[in-house]
Amino acid sequence: MERILEQLPRFLSQRNLVLLAEAAGMTLAMTAAGCLIGFLLAFVIVYLRQTPGRWALPVRLACIAYVEIFRRIPFLVIIYLVLFTIPLVLRDASLFVIAVVSICIYATAYISEIIRGGIESVPRQQVEAAATMNLGRPQTTLWVVLPQAMPVIVPPAVAFGVSFIKDTALVSQIGMFELTFRGKELNNQGYSAVLVFGTIAFVYFLMSWPLNLWGQYLEKRLAAPRSQRRRRTLRQP
Amino acid sequence: MPHLEVRDVVARYGSHEVLSGVSLDVDRGEVVALVGPSGSGKSTVLRVLVGLLQPVSGSVRVGGQAVDYRSAGQVRAIRNRMAIVFQQYNLFQNMDVMRNVTLAPIRIKRRDRREVETLAVALLERVGLGQKLHAFPDELSGGQQQRVAIARALALRPEILLLDEVTSALDPELVNEVLDVIRDLAREGMTMILVSHEMAFVREVADRVVMMDKGQVIESGPPAEILDAPRTERAREFFGKILRH
Repeated sequence: MERILEQLPRFLSQRNLVLLAEAAGMTLAMTAAGCLIGFLLAFVIVYLRQTPGRWALPVRLACIAYVEIFRRIPFLVIIYLVLFTIPLVLRDASLFVIAVVSICIYATAYISEIIRGGIESVPRQQVEAAATMNLGRPQTTLWVVLPQAMPVIVPPAVAFGVSFIKDTALVSQIGMFELTFRGKELNNQGYSAVLVFGTIAFVYFLMSWPLNLWGQYLEKRLAAPRSQRRRRTLRQP
Repeated sequence: MPHLEVRDVVARYGSHEVLSGVSLDVDRGEVVALVGPSGSGKSTVLRVLVGLLQPVSGSVRVGGQAVDYRSAGQVRAIRNRMAIVFQQYNLFQNMDVMRNVTLAPIRIKRRDRREVETLAVALLERVGLGQKLHAFPDELSGGQQQRVAIARALALRPEILLLDEVTSALDPELVNEVLDVIRDLAREGMTMILVSHEMAFVREVADRVVMMDKGQVIESGPPAEILDAPRTERAREFFGKILRH
């Protein structure tokens, strides 16, 4: 305890704080980029997976295989897979790119199941009504199904992204200068592990808590009937 | 030659045969009511006609032309000539009334936006919803939603309007506002096939009543004949049950 108190002023030096802030920013940037791209790709996966017709069977199987495989592999293993396979496609890929690709692969698989659940929650009759009016599949999806599925999709997808902030700590394993990596460095420089990792823990908490609140706000807002949501937007100038 | 000619249509849900050879004629301007016990296949006939259920065999002709329901293009063409109104209204929950009515005519049929909007307002006024143009479905009563659904179907300018138990999901006090609209359409000469349990209404608006049972047509004729003097035992039993009260 004495050691911690004694180290505290030196530990909270400007240099260290900037370092930690940068690392935290890196963690957020990786998560945001990976999850956002993953979110978009997940839509593509679900759309392809639900393609009707016999000729599309290989496409459907490939999508199912992707989702089932990558949801079941530990994230750390995905990171190593990307680390060692990416040079085959992309020379001199930065660690950041490797981290984002890893997160993206995992997020796509995971979020696609959330999206599929959301789409299946839209009553089949909505799709039938659209069909009888000659809306095609892309039109029905974009105009009728997704707008109604979003309230079901967004809250758990945001929750996934927020909780993933902490899981990105695993990319420190490959030497990515994110929060946990910096923590280890500082610890190696002789700062007390309790002090360093206590601070790191607090920073993780600071990052995810407000986002979590935002997610809860979104959930409440999206759960409101469409008509009330609209009134609310109208009232705002 | 009848405008719509259905011959020996067989349709299945999985291995369950729901239509076992249904034949039916509808002339231009005619109102045909499909009646019968639930599960007799009335709604299925309409689902087959709009291409929601592919028939196993039999033929459908519209205006003398055979429709091949295996061809996506022909299904699309037939859906341009028929519109269906569902029991559960099925309005798009994420769109206001105007958008529900104008979406397909503008975005799919590529008709002129102004012209469609003028028509939509006229139709909605006609069904008594001129004040609700920008309401969302969840702000409307069942009867109002069903009237919007009828306006939405009419905006497609169908040759034949299919009405699938359009009052069955409504509270009793809301039934008449919907029936009034249909009565008007019948008077104007709209060609309609309606599945209904409202026998008094069927008697009033239908030119012909088709009684179905177990996936087959068992009687067909003018309302007075079918409702008051059914020939078959099965029909007598059915009408005896529902007309008694």
